[in-house]
Amino acid sequence: MQDLSLHILDIAENSIAAGATEIRIKIVEDTGKNLLLLEISDNGKGMDSKTVQQITDPFFTTKTVRKVGLGIPLLAQAARECCGDLTIKTEKGKGTTISACFQCDHVDRKPLGDICNTLIVLIASNPEIDFIFEHRKDDDVYTLNIADIRKELDGVPLNTPEVIKIIKDDISAWLIIANNMLQ
Amino acid sequence: MARLTIEDLKKIKDKQKATFSLREGGYRAKVTVHMGTCGIAAGAREVMTVLLDEIAQSKAEDVITTTSGCAGLCAREPMVTVELLNKPPVKYGDLNKEKIREIFKEHVLGGNPVEKYALVVGSETTY
Repeated sequence: MQDLSLHILDIAENSIAAGATEIRIKIVEDTGKNLLLLEISDNGKGMDSKTVQQITDPFFTTKTVRKVGLGIPLLAQAARECCGDLTIKTEKGKGTTISACFQCDHVDRKPLGDICNTLIVLIASNPEIDFIFEHRKDDDVYTLNIADIRKELDGVPLNTPEVIKIIKDDISAWLIIANNMLQ
Repeated sequence: MARLTIEDLKKIKDKQKATFSLREGGYRAKVTVHMGTCGIAAGAREVMTVLLDEIAQSKAEDVITTTSGCAGLCAREPMVTVELLNKPPVKYGDLNKEKIREIFKEHVLGGNPVEKYALVVGSETTY
């Protein structure tokens, strides 16, 4: 995994596999506290306490096609490599929240990467899921709520290329502003 | 910042509603990109991004994309499965930007499976 946007995609795919109908993806960049926080929460089927204890073990998986499960262990490693950590809150039948925090300016902190394409791939391939994206950068906040957009579209599929394009343009416009704030 | 507005969405809605009845609601082709941890690490997101661009450019409104988990062949990622209506699904492996473009044109649009990139034919179906 080269950057954090790929980790986000990977963890969100877990939420989809867990049957979630709503997935919240939150990124908080707080330069004052030198903190970067990623949070992916869903209303999927959740995990029992035994599963949660095993989940960061790379040799644990619920899949039957192979014997390893690397998604969560890799994100946990990425966080711990830069003085951060990974926490999991989950309740069977209710959903799961995965949070990873990072020391923002740590030399080993992976870059955020292409957040826009991660979101577009998720939205276009899962038009029935309500994605809610929130990106905070110090005092500025961007939110994208797919449920609101779907309501306005009134039956037109969310994965219509034209709809995907305006969502992509919207996210890109925010990311250009957010990246310029660094300089 | 110029945000997307309700007006933008309404415009698309009106335009789409006019053509919507012409389509039969279903789709002719479904392309599944395998997005397990292995696939994502090997470049599955780029493959999907190219695929979405190709669909938009070709205006192929009867093609949909979806994602699935690991298929157990992690060494051959990125992988996609192409399903055309009433045809056996074809699984492709070791993909990149150029190969997926070729598969989209030849197989998804043209209907002819690209044998040189195919791993297996007819192994599974999600219809």
